[in-house]
Amino acid sequence: MMLQPVISMDSPGTAPAPAPALEVSNLTVEFPTKRGVLTAIDDVSMRIEPGEILGVVGESGAGKSITGLAVLGLLESPGRITGGKIHVGGRRVDTLGEDELTKVRGREMGAIFQDPLTALNPLFSIGAQLVETIRRHTDLGKEAARARALQLLREVGIPAPDERLKQYPHQFSGGMRQRVVIALALAAEPGLIIADEPTTALDVSIQAQITALLRRLCKEHRTGIMLVTHDMGVIAETADRVAVMYSGRVVETGRVEDVIHNPQHPYTRGLMAAIPSLHDRVETLTQIDGSMPRLNARPDGCAFNPRCPNAGPRCRRDRPDLVTAGPSLAACFLHEGGTQ
Amino acid sequence: MTQADLILSIDHVSKEFDVSAPWLNRMLERKPKLFVKAVDDVSFSIPRGSCFSIVGESGCGKSTVARLVTGLYSTSGGQITFGRGDAGRPVRVQMIFQDPQSSLNPRWRVGDIIAEPIREMKLRKTADETRDRVEELLRIVGLAADDATKYPHEFSGGQRQRISIARALASEPELLVCDEPTSALDVSVQAQILNLMRRLQLELGLTYLFISHDLSVVRHMSDMIAVMYLGRIVEMAPAEKLFTDPQHPYSKLLLGTIPDIHVPNRDREVQNGEPPSPLSPPTGCAFHPRCPLATERCSKEAPQLRAAGRSMVSCHAVQKGLATIPARRQD
Repeated sequence: MMLQPVISMDSPGTAPAPAPALEVSNLTVEFPTKRGVLTAIDDVSMRIEPGEILGVVGESGAGKSITGLAVLGLLESPGRITGGKIHVGGRRVDTLGEDELTKVRGREMGAIFQDPLTALNPLFSIGAQLVETIRRHTDLGKEAARARALQLLREVGIPAPDERLKQYPHQFSGGMRQRVVIALALAAEPGLIIADEPTTALDVSIQAQITALLRRLCKEHRTGIMLVTHDMGVIAETADRVAVMYSGRVVETGRVEDVIHNPQHPYTRGLMAAIPSLHDRVETLTQIDGSMPRLNARPDGCAFNPRCPNAGPRCRRDRPDLVTAGPSLAACFLHEGGTQ
Repeated sequence: MTQADLILSIDHVSKEFDVSAPWLNRMLERKPKLFVKAVDDVSFSIPRGSCFSIVGESGCGKSTVARLVTGLYSTSGGQITFGRGDAGRPVRVQMIFQDPQSSLNPRWRVGDIIAEPIREMKLRKTADETRDRVEELLRIVGLAADDATKYPHEFSGGQRQRISIARALASEPELLVCDEPTSALDVSVQAQILNLMRRLQLELGLTYLFISHDLSVVRHMSDMIAVMYLGRIVEMAPAEKLFTDPQHPYSKLLLGTIPDIHVPNRDREVQNGEPPSPLSPPTGCAFHPRCPLATERCSKEAPQLRAAGRSMVSCHAVQKGLATIPARRQD
């Protein structure tokens, strides 16, 4: 299936430019613990336009999933947003109460998680779950909601949707379940979808089907998608732009091609070189020694400085912010007057 | 290659699991006994000092092969033969598991975890010698000697996998069976572990049986690769050959669908279909419902693994195309 090219919908003189699907500015998330406050997300900003896929990539513990959960308002206690703003489709959501948030969640933002089996209720048929979600977020009646459910299943590529509607989650394979979860996320035509590791539990041949589906839906429905994953390959094939996270901060962001082929931050450079190539075999892989610091043992200055080949005294003293670096933005003093 | 160089040979090995319903249910609901053929007639051999990898999607039987080799499962049929180790004793085999979190005892100090095989197999005479050996092993895998007094939870994922490797090396094995050793690790840490494993292979002359679903990792590590689908090997070829010139349609599908950061394939043709359930595998060639080359013969007759150039391929279409017999019967 060929993907549709992105066509700009607004011609001059008509409606004003639509609000970004997601705008996160200076978000900080903290977890108060007995031994002090842990900062999981530290001053993170990102923006997703309608019809755009932003890949958020990083190693485990980098804060990528927490960012997604913060946007959805699903941070688990004691985690809390202590700074910054989140706008979804132009509307501020981080200040909403639980009741209002429940309405916004599902209608204006959908979620797709890693494990489709835990995202579906095993006791209800797929049809019942879809119809419930559709009726909760739209004004459709029972029959219309059923018709919409059928249409959604067809759209996410489930064969024989009439029969599938009556079946239960355990009767679906992993890939088909993830398609159902995507259909659920799309039920109310939200402007933003948070997809947290949507293909990690799936085999490669199924993974390719799901990423292609996400791309098609994103372009057809003009939905903004935040694709959270640790897999650079998935990002390369799916996302338009990418934000690389390290220890709670965005260290580099830019267009996917630029970040992969011309990485600006030493961490991104190391990460790209550490991925074994499918094309040529090398004797030893480039490795980044050490591992990401734990939240309670983050070094002063740039969190990457103990592992960084270019670190200087300034990196151990001050914390770099995102600045223009080649075609992208990177948080590194190499692009801001040196590390001395 | 002479027979003496083989460290492991596996001949027509099969493994069936009984997944029948409980006896009472079978009686009441008149259900027959149910078996899953997790591994079906698999044969391969590994020359000393090389790395043989098995790739495939979940449920293809690759981990079952690893467990058969290490004796964690007994075979349902076929034969596993080990070569000779040092001083004529049988080859020693050790295994590295995917998840170092669950394969290390959280209540034991690292030193005891690594010393256990040494004590058990009486490889060192005194406690002092054992301690020296543990410290040496820790240094070999890139940890510090005083890490022996710590507990596993004090280490990161990558360091824990280093401990697993040190424990595996403690019994001085010739063959290491590695079941997804880096799948639980982050990319930058994965590179550290892969580099360590390559270095150990060269320095200690180890042989690896490497199980993974990650083709780029497999390509980095392997000399020979076997691709498994639903319990059978569909293609077996030298690493370079498999990646540059895959023969079997399933190998092509697998190589075509892995996301590649250097050559992203955004507009690719997505092949539909999913691996069928191993409970009711398709007749004939198990891949035929998804195969673009499938003919009627494929649904009736299971192909055998046959040499095709430098590869071994189990596919009627490939074998037919490469066959030199001029007259083709009309079916």
